[in-house]
Amino acid sequence: MNEGKKDLSDWITTINREIIYTIIGLAVIIPILLGIKEKVQISPAVKSAYESIESLNSTDVILISIDYDPASMPELQPMLKAILRHAFGKEIKVIMMVFWPLGLPIGTEGLEEVAGEFGKVYGEDYINLGYRPGDRAVMIDMGREIRNFFRTDVNDVLLDTYPMMRDIHNYNDIALIVGLEAGRWGEYWIQYVGSRYKQRIILGVTGVMAAETYPYLHSGQIEGLIGGLKGAAEYETLIGRPGFGLTGMAAQSWAHIAIIVFIIIGNIGYFMTRRKERRFRIEGRKE
Amino acid sequence: MKKRVPLLITFITGFIIIVSFFVPHRPFGQLETETLIWYAIIFAFTLVIGVDSLVRLHIKHIRKRKKGWWYSIVFFAGFFYCLTIGIISLIQTPNIFQPGTVFFYGYETILIPLQATMFALLAFFVASASYRAFRARNIEATLLLIAAVIVMIGRVPAGYKLWPKLPVIANWIFDVLQIGAMRGILIGVALGAVAMSLRLILGIERTYLS
Repeated sequence: MNEGKKDLSDWITTINREIIYTIIGLAVIIPILLGIKEKVQISPAVKSAYESIESLNSTDVILISIDYDPASMPELQPMLKAILRHAFGKEIKVIMMVFWPLGLPIGTEGLEEVAGEFGKVYGEDYINLGYRPGDRAVMIDMGREIRNFFRTDVNDVLLDTYPMMRDIHNYNDIALIVGLEAGRWGEYWIQYVGSRYKQRIILGVTGVMAAETYPYLHSGQIEGLIGGLKGAAEYETLIGRPGFGLTGMAAQSWAHIAIIVFIIIGNIGYFMTRRKERRFRIEGRKE
Repeated sequence: MKKRVPLLITFITGFIIIVSFFVPHRPFGQLETETLIWYAIIFAFTLVIGVDSLVRLHIKHIRKRKKGWWYSIVFFAGFFYCLTIGIISLIQTPNIFQPGTVFFYGYETILIPLQATMFALLAFFVASASYRAFRARNIEATLLLIAAVIVMIGRVPAGYKLWPKLPVIANWIFDVLQIGAMRGILIGVALGAVAMSLRLILGIERTYLS
C-alpha cells in the first residue's frame, strides 16, 4: 500500500466537517436571504386541519394552546400566525393559553401581531389566559369550569370583566382546540380532553414529532395535523398568505438535498474503501 | 407510618380520579376538582425543588472544582440575571412576559437567539453524522437508508420537482409503513401505563417511596 498518498476513496471518506458545516450553512442562509418561496403540495392532514377551522363561523371560539418555546419557534410560530390569520379572517374568537412558560412571550407576540393586522379588540375578539402549572390537571378541570384554574387572564384581570368570556365556561363553549406542540402536551390534549369531553382537536407539531402523531390522525382522535415547517408552509398556501413557512421551505429543501448528497458521497467512499480493502486482502493472500 | 401514609394518599387520589371519570357528579366531581387543584399546586412547588436541586448541584461543582466548573459560574450569572430582571419586571407589571418589560427585553435578545442557535446546530450535526455514519452496511441499513432518503426528498418541494411521484411514495412510507410500527409502540406504552398506574394505586409498586 502506498502510505501517505491519498486516493479518491480517501478524499471522499475524509471530508472535513468544516466543509460540511459551511455547505449546510449556505444551503440554509442563501434561500432565506434571497426570499425564495417554493410551491408546496398540500397534504390531506393539513387540508383537514384547515377545513376544521374553515367549518367554523363567527359565533365560534377556538382555544389555542402554546406548548413550545423559542427552540421550536421557527417551525411552530409560522403555524400560529397562519392559523390566527385564518381564524380572525373568519371572525372566529380566539382564546390563547400556555403550558410551556417560555412559550408565553412568543405566543403573545404572535397573537398581538395578527390581532393588530385584523383590528381585533382584546377581551372582545381574543383573550390571553397565560400560563398555569399542572398541565393535565388544568386540562381536565377546564372541562368543568375554565375559572377553576384561570380566574384571571395574563394581565391579572378577572375573566368576567371581559365581554367575550362571560358565556365561556368549559369545553362545551369551545368549538375547537388547536394545540401547537413541541412536547407531550399534544398527547395529553387527546387523552385527557379529546377522549373524555369529546372535544374536537387539531394539532400542529414539530417535524420530528409528526411521525408519532400520525396514528392519532388515522384513528380520528384529531381532525387535522400540521407537521413541521412543511405543514406551516402548506397552511400558508391554503389561506393564501405566504409567510416564513414558505421561505423556510426553500431553505429546508436545499438543506435536505445537501444532506442527501453527503449521504451518497459517504456511501460511494464506503464502497470504494471496501473494494480497495478486499483487493489488498486478496493480493496479501497471493503473496 | 412513613410508608403507609403515602400509599394511602396514592390510593385515595387514584380512586377519586378513576371513579369521577365514570361518575362525574357530586361528591366525586367536586373531589376530583379539589384533587386536581392540589396537583397543580404541588406541581408548582416541584419547579421550586427543581431550581433548588440545580443550584445545589452547581454549588457542589464550583466547590469541588469539577471538570468544567466555570460553566457553573455562567449558570449562576444567568440565574441571578433572570431573577433580578424578573423581580424588576414584576414591580412594573403583573405580566412580566408583556413586550416592553425588562424581562421581555432579556428574553427577546438573549434567550430566543440562544435557544434558536442550540436547535439550529442540530442541522449541522445531522448533516455531518449522516455523511459519516449512514452507510449501506447490510440489507436492514440499506432499507433504512433508502426510506430515509425518499422521505427527506419527498417531503420538500424539490422532491416534487424531481419526480412528482416522490411525495406520494414518501407519504405512503409515512402513512402505512411507519404508522404500523408507531401504533404498536403507542399501544404498548399505553398498556404499560395502565398496568403501572394500577400497581401504583394498589400499592404493589413502591419504588417511588424510597
